[in-house]
Amino acid sequence: MSSELVIKDLFVNVDGKPILQGVNLTIRQGEVHAIMGPNGSGKSTLAYTIAGHPHYEVVSGDILLDGQSILDLGADERAKAGVFLAFQYPTAIPGVSMANFLRQAVSAVRGYTEKAKQQVADGGSAKTIGSELMPMREFRRELTEKMERLHIDPGFARRYLNEGFSGGEKKRAEILQMAMLGPKIAVLDETDSGLDIDALRVVAEGVNSLIGPNLGALLITHYQRLLNYIKPQFVHVFYNGRIVLSGGPELALDLEERGYDWIRQEFGDPMNGQEVE
Amino acid sequence: MPATESDDKALADLKSEYQYGWSQPENYVFKARKGLDHEIVDQISAMKREPEWMRKLRHEALDIFLSKSIPTWGADLSGIDFQDIYYYIKPTEAQGKSWDEVPADIKATFDKLGIPEAERKFLAGVGAQYESEAIYHSLKEEWERLGVIFMDSDSGLREHEDIYREYFGTVVPSTDNVFAALNTAFWSGGSFVYVPKGVHLDIPLQAYFRINAQSMGQFERTLIIVDEGATVHYVEGCTAPTYSEDSLHSGVIEIIVRKNARCRYTTIQNWSTNVYNLVTQRTLVAEGGTMEWVDANLGSKVTMKYPSVYMMGAGANGQILSMAFAGPGQHLDAGGKLIHAAPNTSSQLISKSISKGGGRASYRGLLKVAKGATGSKSNVVCDALLLDEKSRSDTYPYIEIDEEDVTVGHEASVSKIGEEQLFYLMSRGLSEDEASAMIVSGFIEPMVKELPMEYAVEMNRLIQLQMEGSIG
Repeated sequence: MSSELVIKDLFVNVDGKPILQGVNLTIRQGEVHAIMGPNGSGKSTLAYTIAGHPHYEVVSGDILLDGQSILDLGADERAKAGVFLAFQYPTAIPGVSMANFLRQAVSAVRGYTEKAKQQVADGGSAKTIGSELMPMREFRRELTEKMERLHIDPGFARRYLNEGFSGGEKKRAEILQMAMLGPKIAVLDETDSGLDIDALRVVAEGVNSLIGPNLGALLITHYQRLLNYIKPQFVHVFYNGRIVLSGGPELALDLEERGYDWIRQEFGDPMNGQEVE
Repeated sequence: MPATESDDKALADLKSEYQYGWSQPENYVFKARKGLDHEIVDQISAMKREPEWMRKLRHEALDIFLSKSIPTWGADLSGIDFQDIYYYIKPTEAQGKSWDEVPADIKATFDKLGIPEAERKFLAGVGAQYESEAIYHSLKEEWERLGVIFMDSDSGLREHEDIYREYFGTVVPSTDNVFAALNTAFWSGGSFVYVPKGVHLDIPLQAYFRINAQSMGQFERTLIIVDEGATVHYVEGCTAPTYSEDSLHSGVIEIIVRKNARCRYTTIQNWSTNVYNLVTQRTLVAEGGTMEWVDANLGSKVTMKYPSVYMMGAGANGQILSMAFAGPGQHLDAGGKLIHAAPNTSSQLISKSISKGGGRASYRGLLKVAKGATGSKSNVVCDALLLDEKSRSDTYPYIEIDEEDVTVGHEASVSKIGEEQLFYLMSRGLSEDEASAMIVSGFIEPMVKELPMEYAVEMNRLIQLQMEGSIG
């Protein structure tokens, strides 16, 4: 059975301020959705809320993965359930190499870590160091293969996570993580921002190589240009904290041509006090 | 310390000997009574059949100790009762303690670290001796072939008295500080190392290989001499928690690095949290020589330790990498001293301190450039990481520059684990503890990458355990 993420009438506050105001959206594995909207419309809030950032307060509504609410799950449990967020601004973790980080993340998501803990809890004997992780050789093989596929230099694995990465490197690192973690549902938050056209092409190529029957993707973007490279089946216009229009790929072209002004005319002025992204 | 305290022996004896759940071992061959006075010094010296000059040195040191007061500028040392301590216990083959007496949390940590059975007993103070026989003996033959001397200090004094007479106490004299005096009066165990001219030892000398109860005594005394153009790496301690029922450990490490020689001394300190660990470590470096201290402090109740490099010859180099991870109830006051006493000397100090669960980690360091040390360069970087609101970090950098033609840099930072860093890692499947541990591991990476591989792996594992809150 294919998985689906259902967002139901979702209202979210940030620092007491209402940002999301009734979002409804269903993403199934195998589908590519794009959310477009002006700055400050709450697109990134939606991304963070799906991923489980503790700062975002769900006032009402629900997010369901395969019929089960994930609102009570921490960010780590959501990742294990198959939800992934490619960050607009990935955080640097100095001193932690890409490879070490990825091995631990993959081990957590694929259940190696949990299994090792369970064995100790069941009275298992002392474990050798690293036994809670995916076997090194297997991990290496998979990492090398995926890095090659995404045209990432092998030296990348030894660099500290996002530290001193260029904009393009950061986004490629996010896509590499996505490839390794193999989510059911991935949210890509402004993956095109800060990229020149060559970098954008490379990153888009990476995303396209992951799109398929096992992935439901939600692309969040301000500009249409990303959609020249990654083709969504569904396009949604986000405004004032909710989806105001949905359609096919032609809607994106429409927006590109007409800008967001007509949205304002049709759906009213931006909300008072809404932060500008 | 007021001398009147020596009259309070009766009171001191009332203090429970079962404080940490250990019964007092009874089958020592020899056990001095508690307390510190000249009679005990005589007993120790007689037991060891030492030369007269050493006996006199011990007595002089005790007088110095008694005339000085306990420092109040660092960690709180008022909890030490100097009269409630056995200053000498001669270890026997079997120490008379049993595995059952080892505290459960220590056992659990051994389990989680996957420490082999034989080593566990040793680390818990149950076994008197742990030797990785096969490896040790083949290494020993190699050292002997090269003329390297590596033995415990008591044997060193016995077999190489001339060297001891010439160098003992020349790097750290009894007059240096109150704990150096105490150590000199009661020293026992530690290592003696001599590396002949031009000999390069590729495999680190590990105290671990020939470690025994004596070498882990309360008042270790180590003397290392690296002759011209030679190189050596000495490693002491281990990442696994080391249980000691002695609440005071006060070692002295003296190192002499001769012309163009190189020495690295790595310590991984993880004493149980009842221990006051007050150590004096110092190196004199001659022309063109290099000294590197790699000093990681995880355990103990209180640590005061400032490894020092005295750059005495032109072009000498000093490096200090210091780390302290203070958990609940711990105060680790660590850092280092860099003394530029000759031209064109260069140095670097990197300090990484972490405080968690109300722990307190302090950086205390001295950078001194003496008049005439022209063209000297130094860089000091100290970074602190606070893991929660109730923990504390302090920085006490002392800089004394008496020369104008120098280049000196100093940077300090204090940071907290950021919510965004945690969320980022958790969104990849790591639990909050795992994410915090990863951030901490990254923070100390510049230090850990300098450790021998097996220690580095264990260190990261230990950080994970500490972050899970499953230790102490």
